[in-house]
Amino acid sequence: MYKFTTINENETQRLAKQIGEKLMPNDVLTLDGDLGAGKTTFTKGLAEGLAVKRTVNSPTFTIVKEYKGRMPLYHMDVYRLEDSEEDIGFDDYFNAEGVTVIEWSQFILDFLPEERLQINIKKIDEERREIILTPHSDHLNELCKELKL
Amino acid sequence: MILAIETSCDETAAAVVQGGTKLLSNVVATQMDIHQKFGGVVPEVASRHHIEQMTVILEQALTEADVTMENIDAVAVTEGPGLVGALLVGVNAAKALAYAHGKPVIGVHHIAGHIYANRLEKEFEFPLLSLVVSGGHTELIYMEEHGEYEIIGETRDDAAGEAYDKVAKALSLPYPGGPQIDRLAQEGKDTYNFPRSYLEEGSYDFSFSGLKTAVINKLHHLRQKGEEIDVENVATSFQESVIDVLVDKTYDAAKDYGVKQLIVAGGVSANKTLRARMEQRFAETDVELTIPPLYLCTDNAAMIGAAASVEYHKQNYASLNLNANPGLMM
Repeated sequence: MYKFTTINENETQRLAKQIGEKLMPNDVLTLDGDLGAGKTTFTKGLAEGLAVKRTVNSPTFTIVKEYKGRMPLYHMDVYRLEDSEEDIGFDDYFNAEGVTVIEWSQFILDFLPEERLQINIKKIDEERREIILTPHSDHLNELCKELKL
Repeated sequence: MILAIETSCDETAAAVVQGGTKLLSNVVATQMDIHQKFGGVVPEVASRHHIEQMTVILEQALTEADVTMENIDAVAVTEGPGLVGALLVGVNAAKALAYAHGKPVIGVHHIAGHIYANRLEKEFEFPLLSLVVSGGHTELIYMEEHGEYEIIGETRDDAAGEAYDKVAKALSLPYPGGPQIDRLAQEGKDTYNFPRSYLEEGSYDFSFSGLKTAVINKLHHLRQKGEEIDVENVATSFQESVIDVLVDKTYDAAKDYGVKQLIVAGGVSANKTLRARMEQRFAETDVELTIPPLYLCTDNAAMIGAAASVEYHKQNYASLNLNANPGLMM
């Protein structure tokens, strides 16, 4: 487990960008935190690191949004799948040679691959955040080791 | 004459449109009651209901227009964006129907549909600007001619309608939140002074996430201190913040781009306060403001038929490989 404390939104986004730069095809990330913790901000940073040019905004309405970068980014918000046990073809996304980022991942635990990077964002105050990274594979562990604030 | 199908979210709809401007039938089966129980659209439930409704709705659309498949020139369908399972029902129905009757298929972008809903009311005057506001979209789209769309502004986080739904949920109001907040806002005053996010100078982008967080934090603090929450005033204060930004940004963009017509489209264009404020702001300008009647604001297939007729004239047909594309870009 790796812990980082960021002092503002910019620093949070910079940390996310570093992660984005190191991601590999078929990496799966879960991203959890309260409303207003900065999940969208964090994903914007990841997208920047993946060289995505388009504006990354909320995927809540369509559940998945897809972006072109140095590899595809699949941004999911599975909040609305709570209790539905619905598989919207998760494996197709996880194995599509892109990066998948999942918000509210607790609602689809059964579908998540074992090898994944778990990201938790905690609000310390208005600006500061505690970012906890739990890698579940060697490659993701190496990735986390190299991160610097 | 185009037979159009729309199933991108929770409405199963079919319509027959003639020449892109004349509505012959417009059938919509909504699942609102079903999703109300869950406080939002449940994708799997939505897909199942689309399947149940599809053939009935199609037959009804043809009967009400008093035509048969013989009279239809093309079958149009929303190919995205939307919920993948829901879109697939419409796309497959359209392809099967077109294949069986030897007609071309036209794939339509859902947002192009919302814009073209207005052409059923009034012919377009270019250049035009369209503000599309709904549960999934907040975009300013500039058009110089039919079928050409340039996104000049969009939300950087939540859509306006999404912010309404989330704030409504925080106030324990039933789904969908927009109409509830609009109704309560008629009774209250702007007392909470929530932030208005204009972003950097000259930007036509939107941001509603900060406002949503500000409302939720305020409610949280008031509850913690045991203070009374004036729901009407919260609704008014929130709505004023959203509408001020929508109206100001749209006004600036319309002026900067020198447009002749402004179209407000999408589910949130049903909002009474937004309509009134847009009318007020554009009354003293040369820009012609068009807001569709309520039955064309929400999702329907008539708008898909109207947008498809432009593509029909360009013979912009899809192949039978047409697939649902939940993240379709304009």
